[in-house]
Amino acid sequence: MRHTAGTLLVGLAVVAAGIAVAMLRVNPYLYFAGYVILQYVVIATAWNILGGYGGYVNFGTPAFFALGAYTAVVLIQWIRAPLPVLLLAGGLVSALLGLGIGYLTLRLRGVFFSIATLALSIVLQTMIMNWDYVGGSRGLSVLRPSGPPFGNYVVFLFTVMVALAVGAVTVARFIERSWIGRGLSALRDNEEAAECMGVPTLRLKLFATTVSGFLLGVAGAPFPYYVTFVEPNSAFAIDYAVNALAMPMIGGTTSWIGPVIGAVLLGSAQQLATVTISSEMNLFIVGVVLVAFVVLAPEGILGLVRRLRGR
Amino acid sequence: MRDVDAGYGAVRVLHGVSIEVREGETVALLGTNGNGKSTLIKCIMGMVAPESGEVFLETDGTRVDLTRKSTEEIVSLGIALVPEGRRLFPKLTVEENLLLGAYRKGARADIERNLEFALDTFPVLRGRRGQLAGSMSGGEQQMLAIARALMSSPRILLVDEPSVGLAPILVSRVIGKIKELKEQRQLTVLMAEQNFNQATKIADRGYIIVHGKIEFEGRSTQELRENELVKKYYLGV
Repeated sequence: MRHTAGTLLVGLAVVAAGIAVAMLRVNPYLYFAGYVILQYVVIATAWNILGGYGGYVNFGTPAFFALGAYTAVVLIQWIRAPLPVLLLAGGLVSALLGLGIGYLTLRLRGVFFSIATLALSIVLQTMIMNWDYVGGSRGLSVLRPSGPPFGNYVVFLFTVMVALAVGAVTVARFIERSWIGRGLSALRDNEEAAECMGVPTLRLKLFATTVSGFLLGVAGAPFPYYVTFVEPNSAFAIDYAVNALAMPMIGGTTSWIGPVIGAVLLGSAQQLATVTISSEMNLFIVGVVLVAFVVLAPEGILGLVRRLRGR
Repeated sequence: MRDVDAGYGAVRVLHGVSIEVREGETVALLGTNGNGKSTLIKCIMGMVAPESGEVFLETDGTRVDLTRKSTEEIVSLGIALVPEGRRLFPKLTVEENLLLGAYRKGARADIERNLEFALDTFPVLRGRRGQLAGSMSGGEQQMLAIARALMSSPRILLVDEPSVGLAPILVSRVIGKIKELKEQRQLTVLMAEQNFNQATKIADRGYIIVHGKIEFEGRSTQELRENELVKKYYLGV
């Protein structure tokens, strides 16, 4: 219990710090960049619950993220639903997709699961492109609600993303330290053996796909208000698939802090490159860093630290 | 287990197999590779669904049909498996491997006691709690696989080919351990094994399985030793 209270306190402190930063009124671009980095903290953490703990590599991150975003678009178009509703609905719809994918790919392991998730993203994007209500392939302008609770709307969204990141990390940390996390590590290491031991492999896998889907959907839900113009190519961008995988790999997949480190480092580097060099440098940086890590430090920064400490 | 037919897809492995293990017994299931020993064990664990026949557990007059239960539920009924080829979690530590043996909810309450027991029984594991299971020797891995199965506080222990890949001296040590544990914890043991001499050392009686059929039932190890099939298959007479 003391642990939980401590976590809660740290979480609240981070949210409070986020609000304090929001009050600072520094260069508005910093909020833009900060939002993206925090969004990647949520995405990387969500991906890691399934991919890092459970060993199921998901290439379909854009599908879950965009589904959250487009659920929000539909609700904005239809009833101009408030942001909390968008977050919840985006999360739930993506969680359902996660559960469905879990069921459909019951017997797919390893690389076959990954291929299925890659296909999912393409199928979903094609469907959205042909759906006029949400703008089809042309995209759709979204008007932000007037009068955010404080600051301007970007500053407000930034604060919301701080809270979401804290929430996602808390969930991941809880899973990691529970029997669920222990069971998922068994799944990752040797699924057959896990079955022999009476570990409920199917339920754990469905749990992981659902929770991971939920968090990815939540990360996508504020996206329409952030960009104000949603079109399939940006919502389903391959950046999400690559980053979601690269960030935990670079940080370290076995602990909740790994994806956070990866997302902050890589996210910041990308933002920096976008401003100073060109936006095309984004994925190039990720690619180079990822290759370097896979070859030199396959256990990520956490693994490196552990090795340096002589463990 | 009665009249069980089972297999994988179109391939039928077991043909009308009936075996019985009574409380407190050690029963050997003997046969060379590819005769259906592992499939039979998987049927009991709910990992292979029989096409026909019955698999059941009887305790105090109540009968539980195992064919409709999942592996988790079967483990919860007090049946634990030491799988063929050990099936450890190679990239997890020895301790993590042991804890995973106690995944079922009922076993979590006794986890401290069972862990102590496991480490007392296999002192070699105590010094290696933090070591990755995959980096241990074959004999140590087999010990870990047995210790892990005990973490669920089973009443019935199924052991599938404990001798595979081990040096003869280690085989007799592993077999000796199984006997010791059986007596300490009043276990009922069903052991699938191709090493006839080692298995009959600790078994009360046994079955010989050939091409998915029970060809012979020996009511004592004496009967098994004197059987023609054994002479043919194992002793090369």
